[in-house]
Amino acid sequence: MSAANGTPPAPSTGSAANGNGRRPLLETRNLSVDFGGLHALDGLDFEVHEGEIVSVIGPNGAGKTTLFNAITATVEVAAGDIVFEGASLLGLDPNRVTARGIARTFQNVRLFANMTVLENVMVSQHCRTRQHAFGALFYTPSFRREETEIRERAEKVLSFFGSRLVGYRFDQPAFTLSYANRRRLEIARAMATQPKLILLDEPVAGMNPVESAELTGMIGRLRDEWGFAIVVIEHHMDVVREVSDRVVVLDHGTKIAEGDYAEVSTDPRVIEAYLGHGAETS
Amino acid sequence: MTATLPPQTGAAGASAEPPPAASRPALAQDWRRLVRMGAVGAVAQVFIALSNMPVRLDERVIVKPVLSLGYLTLLIVPFAAGHRVGHQVKREGMAVHAAGAHEMAGGAACGAVAGGGLSLLAVLLANFDLREPLVNWSPMLAELLAFGNATWFAVVIWLVIGAAVGALGGALRLLGPRTRRAVVTMALAVGGAAVLEPLVVDLAEGMRLEALTDWLYARRGGINWTSALGLAAASGILAVLGRGRIQQARTHIAALEGAQRTRTNGLLILATAAVLIVLPLFAGKLTNELLANVGLFVLLALGLNVVVGLAGILDLGYVAFFAVGSYSAAVLTAATSPRINPELPWLAALIVVVIITGLVGLFIGAPVIRMRGDYLAIVTLGFGEIIRLLFLSDWLSGWFGGSQGITKIPGAGIFGLTSVAGTDPRRVFYLVLAFCALAIYVSWRLERSRLGRAWMAVREDETVAEAMGINTVNVKLLAFVVGAVLGSFSGAIFSAKVGSVFPNSFLILVSIVILVVVIFGGMGNIVGVIAGSAVLIGVLGGPKQPGLLAEFSEFKLLIYGALLIWMMLARPEGLIPSVRRSRELHQQEMAQDAWLKGQVEDDNHDDGSSGPQAAPAT
Repeated sequence: MSAANGTPPAPSTGSAANGNGRRPLLETRNLSVDFGGLHALDGLDFEVHEGEIVSVIGPNGAGKTTLFNAITATVEVAAGDIVFEGASLLGLDPNRVTARGIARTFQNVRLFANMTVLENVMVSQHCRTRQHAFGALFYTPSFRREETEIRERAEKVLSFFGSRLVGYRFDQPAFTLSYANRRRLEIARAMATQPKLILLDEPVAGMNPVESAELTGMIGRLRDEWGFAIVVIEHHMDVVREVSDRVVVLDHGTKIAEGDYAEVSTDPRVIEAYLGHGAETS
Repeated sequence: MTATLPPQTGAAGASAEPPPAASRPALAQDWRRLVRMGAVGAVAQVFIALSNMPVRLDERVIVKPVLSLGYLTLLIVPFAAGHRVGHQVKREGMAVHAAGAHEMAGGAACGAVAGGGLSLLAVLLANFDLREPLVNWSPMLAELLAFGNATWFAVVIWLVIGAAVGALGGALRLLGPRTRRAVVTMALAVGGAAVLEPLVVDLAEGMRLEALTDWLYARRGGINWTSALGLAAASGILAVLGRGRIQQARTHIAALEGAQRTRTNGLLILATAAVLIVLPLFAGKLTNELLANVGLFVLLALGLNVVVGLAGILDLGYVAFFAVGSYSAAVLTAATSPRINPELPWLAALIVVVIITGLVGLFIGAPVIRMRGDYLAIVTLGFGEIIRLLFLSDWLSGWFGGSQGITKIPGAGIFGLTSVAGTDPRRVFYLVLAFCALAIYVSWRLERSRLGRAWMAVREDETVAEAMGINTVNVKLLAFVVGAVLGSFSGAIFSAKVGSVFPNSFLILVSIVILVVVIFGGMGNIVGVIAGSAVLIGVLGGPKQPGLLAEFSEFKLLIYGALLIWMMLARPEGLIPSVRRSRELHQQEMAQDAWLKGQVEDDNHDDGSSGPQAAPAT
């Protein structure tokens, strides 16, 4: 539990927290990210195992999105290490991290708004495909084969969301989609990069309860049917309760609690972090 | 009232009933707008007059003996002001005024104010001498304004002309859409025939149709007024007869699917190619020279289009690659090249040129590409100049001849069959045409590939593209290199065509002109880029190349600027835009339109079952 005590964590097996003994899929060791003088992440140890759904919760400014940004190499890591499948991710460009098998969505939906729905999903297979200018110019058989594959895979991924993103919507520009569908398309785009781990940043934010419940079920299916490990940042506690195998609570860049939903939701430190010092302590 | 309706009913109601015509405020209430528009017109007219355009262009006759290009530049302003003053913003739910006599009255008043600017100028010209700051403050201008009469005549006549022309502009609003189209077609036909006079004469000679041009044009330039009337009548009749036919054909083609669509497109491309191949055979030297110049700029613009239009990298130093292509071709082929002169055959040299320019593209691109937006634009601007200054410098003059340049460059030999030099513009045009076809093919294929999609994504949102696994640096660098190579083709042809290269052929102006061509024509669209070069380079002329309106060359940049401003205001996506690009620019309007038509899905009723309008109200 004592996360930030400064001792360098032992490599590999030592820090497996929920005790199944396997090497975690993703592991951050003593991870710190500074913004000027502010410690956005302060010696965080965090891990995700294969086939696991982990929720990251915490009050605003706790460092949840910074954790995602650090993993996907969009912010600079001040100290510590991020290990994915036994190899460090530090020093990689964001696109290399994606190529290693980590995909993400964004808190404020960031689609390629003027590309069509299908193109959005096709373009995110970039790092899984090889054809370059030569194939395109000479229209080689392998180029055509790959284009067909890209298209088929994109259609398959989109059909995961039922009929919402298929058919005539393939060729609609992304900006015409409804808010909920934009969120779905973002997830589809992440799926199309063929990751092992998906980082979802507030996937149900702005959705109505019906849509939110539907997407909650989808997060489970993402793991069960597609085999992704998933990390979810979420503020809706019913979603968190529904999907999580494990919940990690962050506050001020450190981990203040970890466990299943029942444990965490009753942990006094978590309640304090969310609600401040209770009147009963005085 | 429309706004409060639910989208579904809005869709049904919008098309059925036209918005009600409200009574229009009287002129007295509109005078501010009139005066403002008129004052803008007045300032514009004075500016045009003092830019010396009317005096210089007076020699170019449009309709003999009524109208010269010089007077046209002055008349167009009150016309535009008179037309514009009646403009109403039409949006859903806003009242629309019916057009009436006040359009003409307003136009006349506005035009008179605009013409008053010239009246004032005439008085000032007569009484003061401001030649010191204003070099075109000349007696010639005074004479032109007064039609050779006294000053009071100028004062009166410009008020009258302004009012009359302004009223005409207003009257244009009174016409129904069909008549207006006919009138516009007539004006365009006469204007076009006058502007294209050298081209038409040249082509007519080639096709032995001198009788036609003798009828159409006066001996010393300009259309005979009788012929102008005939031409206007003919084009008007054609416009009425053919109304909507072109539009129909276009929608018909757009509605075609799959194989049929491909076949139609193929036929269209073949037909265009056939015309372009046959046309030069009938054309004289002048036309071919013009076509070759336009072709060179099409080639450059296609290259820049890959960089700016597809990958969204604002490159203001594109001339660098044109320069490198020209110089390396010159060094490799010319016997007079100062340091090394391998005198390679042109095609062999071209391969080396492509490699060299590609490498230069990499070298310039590698540091530049990591920057974004404005910074990138400024740095590319710098590199464009650096390349030119290197060719100019004493340091490298042993290689490239400094300001003396490299001269006596042989023509481009094609497999020893023919040699293409500037003395035969027809061959140059065919060579350019071949390379344009290549460039079009390359841009077309790349746009529809994995790479093209990655460029699009980078243009849309670089950070997200990177997070989606696209190596943005590599992808952008590749766009830069492809653009550089396409530019080098143009450079290699240019040096063979002109026969000499000098550093001052590669001024920053060239970069700007190419960029203007791309923006004007329609960024990201191959046809648009070609149309942009044809209009700007063909009619107005390139940085050093005369266009059809050779008289304009002095005012070229002024007109470029005016066109660009107008384009940004009226049609920011360009002449023939790419679908995607206009989407980017009009995203919000389109989303709003879709909402009004009930095409946007409603989050609450979203069962995603079928077509856009099928969602039933629960």
